[in-house]
Amino acid sequence: MIEDLVIETKGLRKTFISKERGGKKEVEAVKGIDLTVRKGEIYGFLGPNGAGKSTTQKMLSTLLCPTSGEAKVLGYDLAKQQEQIRQNVGCVSQAGGADLSSTGVENLVLQAQLYGLDILTAKKYAAEFAERFQMNSFVDRPAQSYSGGQKRRLDIALGMIHHPQLLLLDEPTSGLDPQSRAYLWGEIKKLKAEGVTIFLTTQYMDEADKLCDTIAIIDNGKIIVTGTPAELKSSVGGDTLIFNFLSEETARKAETLLTEKIQAERIQTTDHSVHLNIKDGERMMPDLLRLLDAKNLETQTVTLSRPSLDDVFLKYTGRSLREDERK
Amino acid sequence: MKMLHDTKLMFIRNMQHTLRSPIFVFVSMFQPLMYLLLFMPLLNGLGGVPGLPSGKTVDVFIPGLLVLQALFGSAFVGFSLIDDIRTGVIERFLVTPVKRPAILLGRVLRDALVLLIQCVLITLVAIPFGLSVNVGGFFLSLLLYALIGITMASISYGFALIYKIEDPLAPTLNTITLPLSLLSGIILPLALAPIWLQDLAKINPFSYAVNAARALFAGNFQNIGIAEGFIVIGVLAIVVFLWGLRSLKKMAS
Repeated sequence: MIEDLVIETKGLRKTFISKERGGKKEVEAVKGIDLTVRKGEIYGFLGPNGAGKSTTQKMLSTLLCPTSGEAKVLGYDLAKQQEQIRQNVGCVSQAGGADLSSTGVENLVLQAQLYGLDILTAKKYAAEFAERFQMNSFVDRPAQSYSGGQKRRLDIALGMIHHPQLLLLDEPTSGLDPQSRAYLWGEIKKLKAEGVTIFLTTQYMDEADKLCDTIAIIDNGKIIVTGTPAELKSSVGGDTLIFNFLSEETARKAETLLTEKIQAERIQTTDHSVHLNIKDGERMMPDLLRLLDAKNLETQTVTLSRPSLDDVFLKYTGRSLREDERK
Repeated sequence: MKMLHDTKLMFIRNMQHTLRSPIFVFVSMFQPLMYLLLFMPLLNGLGGVPGLPSGKTVDVFIPGLLVLQALFGSAFVGFSLIDDIRTGVIERFLVTPVKRPAILLGRVLRDALVLLIQCVLITLVAIPFGLSVNVGGFFLSLLLYALIGITMASISYGFALIYKIEDPLAPTLNTITLPLSLLSGIILPLALAPIWLQDLAKINPFSYAVNAARALFAGNFQNIGIAEGFIVIGVLAIVVFLWGLRSLKKMAS
Protein backbone atom coordinates (compact mmCIF):
# COMPACT_ATOMS: atom_id res chain seq x y z
CA MET A 1 0.00 0.00 0.00
CA ILE A 2 1.20 3.47 -0.83
CA GLU A 3 2.30 5.46 2.19
CA ASP A 4 -0.09 8.39 1.96
CA LEU A 5 -3.31 6.51 1.27
CA VAL A 6 -5.72 6.78 4.17
CA ILE A 7 -8.51 4.70 2.70
CA GLU A 8 -8.03 2.08 0.05
CA THR A 9 -10.79 -0.31 -0.97
CA LYS A 10 -11.03 -2.97 -3.64
CA GLY A 11 -14.37 -4.32 -4.77
CA LEU A 12 -16.16 -3.40 -1.57
CA ARG A 13 -19.64 -4.91 -1.71
CA LYS A 14 -22.63 -5.05 0.59
CA THR A 15 -25.83 -6.98 0.06
CA PHE A 16 -28.78 -7.00 2.42
CA ILE A 17 -31.44 -9.65 2.65
CA SER A 18 -34.83 -8.01 2.55
CA LYS A 19 -37.95 -9.92 3.42
CA GLU A 20 -40.76 -9.41 1.01
CA ARG A 21 -44.00 -11.07 0.16
CA GLY A 22 -43.19 -14.32 -1.56
CA GLY A 23 -39.80 -14.85 0.05
CA LYS A 24 -36.49 -13.20 0.65
CA LYS A 25 -34.78 -10.98 -1.82
CA GLU A 26 -31.16 -9.95 -2.00
CA VAL A 27 -30.61 -6.24 -2.33
CA GLU A 28 -27.21 -5.08 -3.48
CA ALA A 29 -26.68 -1.73 -1.78
CA VAL A 30 -23.02 -1.30 -2.71
CA LYS A 31 -21.85 -3.06 -5.85
CA GLY A 32 -18.09 -3.29 -5.68
CA ILE A 33 -16.41 0.00 -4.91
CA ASP A 34 -12.75 0.94 -5.40
CA LEU A 35 -11.69 3.98 -3.41
CA THR A 36 -8.39 5.70 -2.83
CA VAL A 37 -8.43 8.54 -0.34
CA ARG A 38 -5.15 10.40 0.10
CA LYS A 39 -3.85 11.77 3.35
CA GLY A 40 -5.00 15.29 4.15
CA GLU A 41 -7.69 15.64 1.52
CA ILE A 42 -11.43 16.13 1.73
CA TYR A 43 -12.93 13.30 -0.26
CA GLY A 44 -16.51 13.83 -1.29
CA PHE A 45 -18.86 10.95 -1.87
CA LEU A 46 -21.64 12.51 -3.88
CA GLY A 47 -24.90 10.88 -4.85
CA PRO A 48 -28.66 10.84 -4.42
CA ASN A 49 -30.53 9.23 -1.53
CA GLY A 50 -30.23 5.46 -1.54
CA ALA A 51 -27.13 5.46 -3.75
CA GLY A 52 -25.12 3.53 -1.15
CA LYS A 53 -23.26 6.43 0.46
CA SER A 54 -24.20 5.70 4.06
CA THR A 55 -23.72 1.96 3.61
CA THR A 56 -20.18 2.57 2.37
CA GLN A 57 -19.48 4.92 5.25
CA LYS A 58 -20.82 2.37 7.73
CA MET A 59 -18.54 -0.30 6.29
CA LEU A 60 -15.53 1.97 6.60
CA SER A 61 -16.39 2.74 10.23
CA THR A 62 -16.68 -1.02 11.06
CA LEU A 63 -20.41 -0.71 11.74
CA LEU A 64 -21.31 -2.95 8.82
CA CYS A 65 -19.41 -6.01 7.63
CA PRO A 66 -18.69 -5.96 3.89
CA THR A 67 -20.22 -8.89 2.00
CA SER A 68 -17.05 -9.09 -0.07
CA GLY A 69 -14.06 -7.05 -1.11
CA GLU A 70 -11.22 -5.68 0.93
CA ALA A 71 -10.36 -2.39 2.50
CA LYS A 72 -7.57 -0.71 4.39
CA VAL A 73 -8.33 2.22 6.64
CA LEU A 74 -5.29 4.11 7.99
CA GLY A 75 -3.29 1.06 6.94
CA TYR A 76 -5.38 -1.30 9.07
CA ASP A 77 -7.20 -4.22 7.53
CA LEU A 78 -10.94 -3.66 7.79
CA ALA A 79 -11.62 -7.37 8.22
CA LYS A 80 -9.04 -8.05 10.94
CA GLN A 81 -8.07 -4.85 12.73
CA GLN A 82 -11.40 -3.30 13.64
CA GLU A 83 -10.24 -2.31 17.14
CA GLN A 84 -7.43 -0.17 15.75
CA ILE A 85 -9.72 1.39 13.16
CA ARG A 86 -12.31 2.28 15.81
CA GLN A 87 -9.65 3.83 18.02
CA ASN A 88 -8.20 6.02 15.27
CA VAL A 89 -11.15 7.01 13.12
CA GLY A 90 -13.77 9.59 14.02
CA CYS A 91 -17.27 9.01 12.78
CA VAL A 92 -20.38 11.17 12.60
CA SER A 93 -23.47 9.38 11.34
CA GLN A 94 -26.42 11.03 9.70
CA ALA A 95 -28.48 10.72 12.90
CA GLY A 96 -25.57 12.25 14.80
CA GLY A 97 -25.98 10.13 17.88
CA ALA A 98 -25.84 12.73 20.63
CA ASP A 99 -27.65 11.64 23.75
CA LEU A 100 -30.46 14.20 23.78
CA SER A 101 -31.34 14.10 27.45
CA SER A 102 -27.71 14.68 28.45
CA THR A 103 -25.91 18.00 28.19
CA GLY A 104 -23.30 18.69 25.55
CA VAL A 105 -20.53 18.44 28.14
CA GLU A 106 -21.81 15.12 29.49
CA ASN A 107 -21.93 13.77 25.95
CA LEU A 108 -18.39 14.93 25.15
CA VAL A 109 -16.86 13.68 28.40
CA LEU A 110 -18.40 10.21 28.07
CA GLN A 111 -17.35 9.99 24.41
CA ALA A 112 -13.75 10.84 25.32
CA GLN A 113 -13.82 8.23 28.09
CA LEU A 114 -15.12 5.61 25.66
CA TYR A 115 -11.93 6.19 23.68
CA GLY A 116 -9.98 5.30 26.81
CA LEU A 117 -9.12 8.80 28.01
CA ASP A 118 -9.08 9.42 31.75
CA ILE A 119 -11.67 11.72 33.29
CA LEU A 120 -9.37 14.77 33.58
CA THR A 121 -8.23 14.59 29.97
CA ALA A 122 -11.82 13.93 28.92
CA LYS A 123 -13.00 17.08 30.67
CA LYS A 124 -10.13 19.08 29.22
CA TYR A 125 -10.93 17.93 25.66
CA ALA A 126 -14.64 18.58 26.19
CA ALA A 127 -13.88 22.17 27.23
CA GLU A 128 -11.53 22.60 24.26
CA PHE A 129 -14.13 21.46 21.76
CA ALA A 130 -16.87 23.54 23.39
CA GLU A 131 -14.61 26.55 22.87
CA ARG A 132 -13.54 25.61 19.39
CA PHE A 133 -17.04 24.99 18.01
CA GLN A 134 -18.40 28.05 19.85
CA MET A 135 -20.70 25.96 22.01
CA ASN A 136 -20.01 27.62 25.36
CA SER A 137 -23.36 29.39 25.48
CA PHE A 138 -25.35 26.16 25.28
CA VAL A 139 -23.04 23.25 26.06
CA ASP A 140 -24.33 22.91 29.65
CA ARG A 141 -27.94 22.54 28.49
CA PRO A 142 -29.52 19.20 27.55
CA ALA A 143 -28.97 18.50 23.85
CA GLN A 144 -32.71 18.21 23.17
CA SER A 145 -32.95 22.01 23.47
CA TYR A 146 -30.39 22.63 20.71
CA SER A 147 -31.15 24.07 17.27
CA GLY A 148 -30.27 21.95 14.24
CA GLY A 149 -26.98 23.75 13.74
CA GLN A 150 -26.01 23.57 17.42
CA LYS A 151 -26.73 19.84 17.54
CA ARG A 152 -24.66 19.26 14.41
CA ARG A 153 -21.72 21.04 16.01
CA LEU A 154 -22.01 18.77 19.02
CA ASP A 155 -22.22 15.70 16.72
CA ILE A 156 -19.01 16.69 14.94
CA ALA A 157 -17.27 17.51 18.23
CA LEU A 158 -18.23 14.01 19.42
CA GLY A 159 -16.64 12.52 16.32
CA MET A 160 -13.48 14.57 16.78
CA ILE A 161 -13.06 14.35 20.57
CA HIS A 162 -10.20 11.82 20.42
CA HIS A 163 -8.35 13.76 17.70
CA PRO A 164 -8.60 11.12 14.95
CA GLN A 165 -6.49 11.33 11.78
CA LEU A 166 -9.52 10.42 9.68
CA LEU A 167 -13.04 11.76 10.07
CA LEU A 168 -16.03 10.14 8.37
CA LEU A 169 -18.91 12.57 7.99
CA ASP A 170 -22.27 11.33 6.75
CA GLU A 171 -24.23 14.23 5.24
CA PRO A 172 -23.02 16.77 7.78
CA THR A 173 -25.18 19.68 6.63
CA SER A 174 -28.40 18.04 5.51
CA GLY A 175 -31.41 19.92 6.80
CA LEU A 176 -29.45 22.91 8.09
CA ASP A 177 -30.08 26.59 7.43
CA PRO A 178 -27.61 28.46 5.17
CA GLN A 179 -25.72 30.15 8.02
CA SER A 180 -25.18 26.86 9.87
CA ARG A 181 -24.02 25.23 6.65
CA ALA A 182 -21.53 27.99 5.97
CA TYR A 183 -20.27 27.76 9.55
CA LEU A 184 -19.76 23.99 9.31
CA TRP A 185 -18.02 24.29 5.96
CA GLY A 186 -15.58 26.68 7.61
CA GLU A 187 -14.97 24.23 10.45
CA ILE A 188 -14.49 21.31 8.07
CA LYS A 189 -11.91 23.33 6.12
CA LYS A 190 -10.13 24.15 9.38
CA LEU A 191 -9.93 20.46 10.22
CA LYS A 192 -8.36 19.81 6.84
CA ALA A 193 -5.88 22.61 7.46
CA GLU A 194 -4.89 20.79 10.65
CA GLY A 195 -4.07 17.70 8.64
CA VAL A 196 -7.21 15.64 9.25
CA THR A 197 -8.34 13.57 6.29
CA ILE A 198 -12.07 13.87 5.76
CA PHE A 199 -14.37 11.44 3.98
CA LEU A 200 -17.66 13.20 3.47
CA THR A 201 -20.89 11.96 1.96
CA THR A 202 -23.27 14.50 0.55
CA GLN A 203 -26.16 14.92 -1.81
CA TYR A 204 -25.45 18.62 -2.29
CA MET A 205 -23.54 19.64 -5.40
CA ASP A 206 -22.51 23.00 -3.99
CA GLU A 207 -21.13 21.36 -0.86
CA ALA A 208 -19.03 18.87 -2.82
CA ASP A 209 -17.86 21.66 -5.13
CA LYS A 210 -16.86 24.09 -2.35
CA LEU A 211 -15.29 21.65 0.09
CA CYS A 212 -13.84 18.64 -1.66
CA ASP A 213 -10.46 18.01 -3.21
CA THR A 214 -11.65 14.82 -4.81
CA ILE A 215 -15.19 13.79 -5.61
CA ALA A 216 -16.53 10.35 -6.39
CA ILE A 217 -20.02 10.31 -7.82
CA ILE A 218 -21.97 7.28 -6.68
CA ASP A 219 -25.24 6.13 -8.15
CA ASN A 220 -27.04 2.86 -7.62
CA GLY A 221 -24.22 1.39 -5.52
CA LYS A 222 -21.50 2.09 -8.05
CA ILE A 223 -18.92 4.81 -8.46
CA ILE A 224 -19.56 6.40 -11.82
CA VAL A 225 -16.71 8.85 -12.02
CA THR A 226 -13.95 10.21 -9.78
CA GLY A 227 -11.89 13.37 -10.05
CA THR A 228 -11.29 16.86 -8.72
CA PRO A 229 -14.28 19.17 -9.01
CA ALA A 230 -12.46 21.05 -11.80
CA GLU A 231 -11.66 17.85 -13.71
CA LEU A 232 -15.20 16.62 -13.45
CA LYS A 233 -16.62 19.90 -14.62
CA SER A 234 -14.23 20.22 -17.51
CA SER A 235 -15.08 16.67 -18.54
CA VAL A 236 -18.58 17.93 -19.27
CA GLY A 237 -17.19 20.36 -21.82
CA GLY A 238 -15.92 23.91 -21.72
CA ASP A 239 -17.19 27.10 -20.23
CA THR A 240 -19.67 29.31 -21.97
CA LEU A 241 -18.52 32.84 -22.89
CA ILE A 242 -21.00 35.39 -24.13
CA PHE A 243 -19.72 38.61 -25.76
CA ASN A 244 -22.22 41.39 -26.25
CA PHE A 245 -21.71 44.04 -28.90
CA LEU A 246 -23.45 47.27 -29.82
CA SER A 247 -24.63 46.05 -33.20
CA GLU A 248 -25.33 42.82 -34.98
CA GLU A 249 -22.77 43.80 -37.58
CA THR A 250 -19.99 44.01 -35.02
CA ALA A 251 -21.10 40.69 -33.63
CA ARG A 252 -20.84 39.09 -37.09
CA LYS A 253 -17.36 40.47 -37.55
CA ALA A 254 -16.32 39.22 -34.14
CA GLU A 255 -17.67 35.76 -34.95
CA THR A 256 -15.64 35.60 -38.15
CA LEU A 257 -12.50 36.75 -36.35
CA LEU A 258 -12.90 34.30 -33.47
CA THR A 259 -13.63 31.41 -35.80
CA GLU A 260 -10.35 32.08 -37.61
CA LYS A 261 -8.21 32.55 -34.53
CA ILE A 262 -9.32 30.03 -31.94
CA GLN A 263 -10.43 26.44 -31.50
CA ALA A 264 -13.84 26.64 -29.91
CA GLU A 265 -16.27 23.80 -29.58
CA ARG A 266 -19.09 26.00 -30.69
CA ILE A 267 -19.44 29.58 -31.91
CA GLN A 268 -22.86 30.98 -32.46
CA THR A 269 -24.16 34.49 -32.99
CA THR A 270 -27.61 35.56 -31.90
CA ASP A 271 -28.66 39.16 -32.31
CA HIS A 272 -25.90 41.32 -30.80
CA SER A 273 -24.02 38.60 -29.02
CA VAL A 274 -21.56 35.81 -29.73
CA HIS A 275 -21.84 32.56 -27.74
CA LEU A 276 -18.69 30.60 -27.41
CA ASN A 277 -18.13 27.16 -25.86
CA ILE A 278 -14.52 26.88 -24.90
CA LYS A 279 -12.19 25.03 -22.53
CA ASP A 280 -10.62 27.09 -19.79
CA GLY A 281 -12.81 30.13 -20.49
CA GLU A 282 -11.52 32.09 -17.52
CA ARG A 283 -7.96 32.13 -18.84
CA MET A 284 -9.01 32.67 -22.43
CA MET A 285 -11.20 35.69 -21.78
CA PRO A 286 -8.45 38.40 -21.51
CA ASP A 287 -6.74 37.15 -24.69
CA LEU A 288 -9.98 37.15 -26.58
CA LEU A 289 -10.80 40.67 -25.44
CA ARG A 290 -7.38 41.91 -26.61
CA LEU A 291 -7.90 40.16 -29.93
CA LEU A 292 -11.25 41.87 -30.42
CA ASP A 293 -9.88 45.23 -29.29
CA ALA A 294 -7.02 45.03 -31.79
CA LYS A 295 -9.62 44.91 -34.58
CA ASN A 296 -11.64 47.73 -33.00
CA LEU A 297 -14.55 45.43 -32.23
CA GLU A 298 -15.72 47.04 -29.03
CA THR A 299 -17.17 44.63 -26.50
CA GLN A 300 -19.96 45.93 -24.27
CA THR A 301 -20.21 43.08 -21.74
CA VAL A 302 -18.79 39.59 -21.28
CA THR A 303 -20.39 36.77 -19.30
CA LEU A 304 -18.62 33.60 -18.27
CA SER A 305 -20.61 30.63 -17.05
CA ARG A 306 -18.96 27.44 -15.93
CA PRO A 307 -20.40 23.94 -15.96
CA SER A 308 -21.69 22.82 -12.56
CA LEU A 309 -21.52 19.43 -10.90
CA ASP A 310 -25.19 19.18 -11.78
CA ASP A 311 -24.10 19.00 -15.40
CA VAL A 312 -21.56 16.34 -14.41
CA PHE A 313 -24.18 14.21 -12.71
CA LEU A 314 -26.46 14.66 -15.69
CA LYS A 315 -23.75 13.64 -18.11
CA TYR A 316 -22.78 10.44 -16.28
CA THR A 317 -26.16 9.23 -15.04
CA GLY A 318 -28.50 10.70 -17.61
CA ARG A 319 -30.56 12.15 -14.75
CA SER A 320 -30.45 15.33 -12.76
CA LEU A 321 -29.67 14.95 -9.06
CA ARG A 322 -32.49 17.37 -8.24
CA GLU A 323 -34.99 15.22 -10.14
CA ASP A 324 -34.11 12.34 -7.85
CA GLU A 325 -34.81 14.44 -4.79
CA ARG A 326 -38.22 15.39 -6.00
CA LYS A 327 -39.33 11.78 -6.37
CA MET B 1 -9.94 -4.61 32.83
CA LYS B 2 -11.23 -2.71 29.81
CA MET B 3 -14.53 -4.58 30.12
CA LEU B 4 -14.84 -3.45 33.73
CA HIS B 5 -13.91 0.13 32.85
CA ASP B 6 -16.38 0.30 29.94
CA THR B 7 -19.15 -1.36 31.96
CA LYS B 8 -18.65 1.21 34.70
CA LEU B 9 -18.90 4.07 32.18
CA MET B 10 -22.06 2.64 30.66
CA PHE B 11 -23.57 1.94 34.09
CA ILE B 12 -22.95 5.52 35.21
CA ARG B 13 -24.38 6.89 31.97
CA ASN B 14 -27.58 4.88 32.38
CA MET B 15 -27.83 5.64 36.08
CA GLN B 16 -27.64 9.36 35.24
CA HIS B 17 -30.63 8.87 32.96
CA THR B 18 -32.57 7.18 35.75
CA LEU B 19 -31.66 9.85 38.28
CA ARG B 20 -32.78 12.59 35.92
CA SER B 21 -36.36 11.45 36.50
CA PRO B 22 -36.19 9.40 39.73
CA ILE B 23 -39.97 9.60 40.11
CA PHE B 24 -40.30 6.66 37.68
CA VAL B 25 -38.47 4.40 40.11
CA PHE B 26 -41.45 4.92 42.40
CA VAL B 27 -44.13 4.97 39.72
CA SER B 28 -43.23 1.43 38.69
CA MET B 29 -43.68 0.34 42.31
CA PHE B 30 -47.33 1.27 42.09
CA GLN B 31 -48.46 -2.12 40.77
CA PRO B 32 -46.94 -4.27 43.55
CA LEU B 33 -48.22 -1.81 46.18
CA MET B 34 -51.71 -2.19 44.75
CA TYR B 35 -51.40 -5.97 45.09
CA LEU B 36 -50.21 -5.49 48.64
CA LEU B 37 -53.06 -3.18 49.64
CA LEU B 38 -55.96 -4.42 47.53
CA PHE B 39 -55.25 -8.09 46.88
CA MET B 40 -53.36 -9.49 49.87
CA PRO B 41 -56.36 -9.02 52.23
CA LEU B 42 -58.23 -11.53 50.03
CA LEU B 43 -55.58 -14.13 50.72
CA ASN B 44 -55.92 -13.75 54.47
CA GLY B 45 -59.38 -15.30 54.16
CA LEU B 46 -57.86 -18.24 52.29
CA GLY B 47 -55.31 -19.04 55.02
CA GLY B 48 -55.17 -22.75 55.68
CA VAL B 49 -55.54 -23.98 52.08
CA PRO B 50 -52.58 -25.99 50.66
CA GLY B 51 -49.59 -23.69 50.18
CA LEU B 52 -50.96 -20.91 52.35
CA PRO B 53 -50.41 -21.59 56.06
CA SER B 54 -53.06 -19.76 58.08
CA GLY B 55 -51.96 -16.52 59.70
CA LYS B 56 -48.81 -16.43 57.56
CA THR B 57 -50.15 -15.53 54.14
CA VAL B 58 -48.11 -12.30 54.05
CA ASP B 59 -44.87 -14.28 54.53
CA VAL B 60 -45.72 -16.40 51.48
CA PHE B 61 -47.14 -13.60 49.36
CA ILE B 62 -44.39 -10.96 49.66
CA PRO B 63 -41.44 -12.99 48.30
CA GLY B 64 -43.64 -13.93 45.32
CA LEU B 65 -44.76 -10.33 44.88
CA LEU B 66 -41.10 -9.28 44.61
CA VAL B 67 -40.60 -11.89 41.87
CA LEU B 68 -43.60 -10.35 40.13
CA GLN B 69 -41.98 -6.92 40.42
CA ALA B 70 -38.73 -8.33 39.03
CA LEU B 71 -40.66 -9.81 36.08
CA PHE B 72 -42.83 -6.83 35.15
CA GLY B 73 -40.66 -4.00 36.44
CA SER B 74 -37.73 -5.05 34.26
CA ALA B 75 -39.68 -6.29 31.26
CA PHE B 76 -40.26 -2.92 29.61
CA VAL B 77 -36.79 -1.41 29.82
CA GLY B 78 -36.35 -2.12 26.10
CA PHE B 79 -38.28 1.03 25.22
CA SER B 80 -35.42 3.21 26.45
CA LEU B 81 -33.06 1.29 24.18
CA ILE B 82 -35.27 1.89 21.14
CA ASP B 83 -34.99 5.60 21.85
CA ASP B 84 -31.19 5.29 21.89
CA ILE B 85 -31.26 3.32 18.63
CA ARG B 86 -33.45 5.91 16.93
CA THR B 87 -31.30 8.87 17.93
CA GLY B 88 -28.16 7.07 16.77
CA VAL B 89 -26.64 6.79 20.25
CA ILE B 90 -26.10 3.03 19.98
CA GLU B 91 -24.44 3.37 16.56
CA ARG B 92 -22.20 6.05 18.00
CA PHE B 93 -21.17 3.72 20.83
CA LEU B 94 -20.58 0.88 18.36
CA VAL B 95 -18.03 2.82 16.31
CA THR B 96 -15.98 3.61 19.43
CA PRO B 97 -13.64 0.96 20.86
CA VAL B 98 -16.08 0.31 23.73
CA LYS B 99 -16.53 -3.38 24.51
CA ARG B 100 -19.84 -4.64 23.09
CA PRO B 101 -20.99 -6.52 26.22
CA ALA B 102 -20.39 -3.36 28.30
CA ILE B 103 -23.10 -1.52 26.35
CA LEU B 104 -25.70 -4.06 27.52
CA LEU B 105 -24.12 -4.85 30.90
CA GLY B 106 -24.19 -1.17 31.90
CA ARG B 107 -27.92 -1.18 31.24
CA VAL B 108 -28.93 -4.46 32.92
CA LEU B 109 -26.87 -3.67 36.02
CA ARG B 110 -28.63 -0.30 36.29
CA ASP B 111 -31.98 -2.09 35.91
CA ALA B 112 -30.97 -4.60 38.61
CA LEU B 113 -30.00 -1.82 41.02
CA VAL B 114 -33.28 0.04 40.48
CA LEU B 115 -35.15 -3.22 41.05
CA LEU B 116 -33.31 -3.92 44.30
CA ILE B 117 -34.18 -0.46 45.65
CA GLN B 118 -37.83 -1.19 44.84
CA CYS B 119 -37.64 -4.64 46.49
CA VAL B 120 -36.25 -3.18 49.73
CA LEU B 121 -38.92 -0.46 49.79
CA ILE B 122 -41.79 -2.90 49.12
CA THR B 123 -40.49 -5.19 51.88
CA LEU B 124 -40.32 -2.27 54.32
CA VAL B 125 -43.89 -1.30 53.45
CA ALA B 126 -44.98 -4.92 54.05
CA ILE B 127 -43.56 -5.11 57.60
CA PRO B 128 -46.52 -3.23 59.20
CA PHE B 129 -48.76 -5.83 57.49
CA GLY B 130 -47.19 -8.49 59.69
CA LEU B 131 -44.34 -9.67 57.49
CA SER B 132 -41.69 -11.60 59.37
CA VAL B 133 -38.55 -12.21 57.37
CA ASN B 134 -35.17 -13.85 57.96
CA VAL B 135 -32.67 -11.00 57.46
CA GLY B 136 -29.88 -13.15 55.99
CA GLY B 137 -32.38 -14.88 53.74
CA PHE B 138 -33.74 -11.53 52.61
CA PHE B 139 -30.33 -10.27 51.51
CA LEU B 140 -29.67 -13.52 49.64
CA SER B 141 -33.06 -13.22 47.97
CA LEU B 142 -32.03 -9.80 46.63
CA LEU B 143 -29.39 -11.56 44.56
CA LEU B 144 -32.07 -13.83 43.18
CA TYR B 145 -34.31 -10.86 42.25
CA ALA B 146 -31.35 -9.15 40.62
CA LEU B 147 -30.81 -12.25 38.44
CA ILE B 148 -34.50 -12.29 37.48
CA GLY B 149 -34.29 -8.58 36.67
CA ILE B 150 -31.22 -9.14 34.50
CA THR B 151 -33.01 -11.98 32.72
CA MET B 152 -36.11 -9.95 31.91
CA ALA B 153 -34.14 -6.83 30.99
CA SER B 154 -31.97 -8.87 28.61
CA ILE B 155 -35.07 -10.32 26.93
CA SER B 156 -36.52 -6.83 26.61
CA TYR B 157 -33.30 -5.40 25.14
CA GLY B 158 -32.93 -8.38 22.82
CA PHE B 159 -36.34 -7.78 21.27
CA ALA B 160 -35.78 -4.01 21.18
CA LEU B 161 -32.61 -4.61 19.15
CA ILE B 162 -34.45 -6.93 16.78
CA TYR B 163 -37.54 -4.75 16.25
CA LYS B 164 -35.92 -1.30 16.56
CA ILE B 165 -39.45 0.19 16.79
CA GLU B 166 -41.88 0.40 19.71
CA ASP B 167 -45.08 -1.03 18.26
CA PRO B 168 -44.40 -4.79 18.41
CA LEU B 169 -42.38 -4.61 21.64
CA ALA B 170 -45.16 -4.24 24.23
CA PRO B 171 -47.35 -7.10 22.91
CA THR B 172 -44.29 -9.37 22.66
CA LEU B 173 -43.22 -8.66 26.22
CA ASN B 174 -46.77 -9.04 27.58
CA THR B 175 -47.08 -12.38 25.81
CA ILE B 176 -43.93 -13.57 27.54
CA THR B 177 -44.45 -12.17 31.04
CA LEU B 178 -48.11 -13.04 31.59
CA PRO B 179 -47.83 -16.87 31.33
CA LEU B 180 -44.54 -16.76 33.23
CA SER B 181 -46.20 -14.99 36.15
CA LEU B 182 -49.40 -17.07 36.07
CA LEU B 183 -47.40 -20.31 36.03
CA SER B 184 -45.19 -19.40 38.97
CA GLY B 185 -47.66 -19.50 41.87
CA ILE B 186 -47.20 -15.85 42.76
CA ILE B 187 -50.81 -14.75 43.06
CA LEU B 188 -52.21 -18.03 44.34
CA PRO B 189 -50.24 -21.11 45.43
CA LEU B 190 -49.71 -23.75 42.76
CA ALA B 191 -50.69 -26.35 45.34
CA LEU B 192 -54.26 -25.36 44.48
CA ALA B 193 -53.74 -26.09 40.79
CA PRO B 194 -54.77 -29.25 38.91
CA ILE B 195 -51.94 -31.66 38.18
CA TRP B 196 -51.51 -30.64 34.51
CA LEU B 197 -51.08 -27.01 35.54
CA GLN B 198 -48.55 -28.01 38.20
CA ASP B 199 -46.65 -30.01 35.58
CA LEU B 200 -46.68 -27.02 33.25
CA ALA B 201 -45.32 -24.83 36.06
CA LYS B 202 -42.37 -27.20 36.42
CA ILE B 203 -41.00 -26.06 33.07
CA ASN B 204 -41.35 -22.41 34.11
CA PRO B 205 -37.99 -21.25 35.49
CA PHE B 206 -39.66 -18.55 37.55
CA SER B 207 -41.68 -21.02 39.62
CA TYR B 208 -38.30 -22.24 40.93
CA ALA B 209 -37.40 -18.64 41.72
CA VAL B 210 -40.61 -18.18 43.69
CA ASN B 211 -39.96 -21.37 45.71
CA ALA B 212 -36.40 -20.27 46.42
CA ALA B 213 -37.48 -16.76 47.46
CA ARG B 214 -40.12 -18.12 49.85
CA ALA B 215 -37.62 -20.50 51.44
CA LEU B 216 -35.11 -17.65 51.84
CA PHE B 217 -37.67 -15.33 53.48
CA ALA B 218 -38.59 -18.12 55.90
CA GLY B 219 -34.90 -18.82 56.59
CA ASN B 220 -35.19 -22.49 55.50
CA PHE B 221 -31.62 -22.62 54.24
CA GLN B 222 -31.60 -26.43 54.05
CA ASN B 223 -34.35 -26.29 51.44
CA ILE B 224 -33.01 -27.72 48.17
CA GLY B 225 -35.32 -25.30 46.33
CA ILE B 226 -32.93 -22.42 47.11
CA ALA B 227 -30.04 -23.96 45.17
CA GLU B 228 -32.42 -25.02 42.38
CA GLY B 229 -33.77 -21.47 42.10
CA PHE B 230 -30.31 -19.90 41.88
CA ILE B 231 -29.05 -22.42 39.35
CA VAL B 232 -32.11 -22.21 37.08
CA ILE B 233 -32.29 -18.40 37.11
CA GLY B 234 -28.50 -17.99 36.99
CA VAL B 235 -28.20 -20.13 33.86
CA LEU B 236 -31.22 -18.45 32.30
CA ALA B 237 -29.79 -14.98 32.98
CA ILE B 238 -26.53 -15.90 31.26
CA VAL B 239 -28.25 -17.48 28.26
CA VAL B 240 -30.62 -14.58 27.59
CA PHE B 241 -27.89 -12.00 28.16
CA LEU B 242 -25.76 -13.72 25.51
CA TRP B 243 -28.80 -13.78 23.22
CA GLY B 244 -29.30 -10.05 23.73
CA LEU B 245 -25.61 -9.48 23.05
CA ARG B 246 -25.95 -11.42 19.81
CA SER B 247 -28.79 -9.11 18.74
CA LEU B 248 -26.58 -6.11 19.51
CA LYS B 249 -23.71 -7.49 17.46
CA LYS B 250 -26.12 -8.36 14.63
CA MET B 251 -27.11 -4.72 14.43
CA ALA B 252 -23.59 -4.13 13.20
CA SER B 253 -23.14 -6.83 10.57
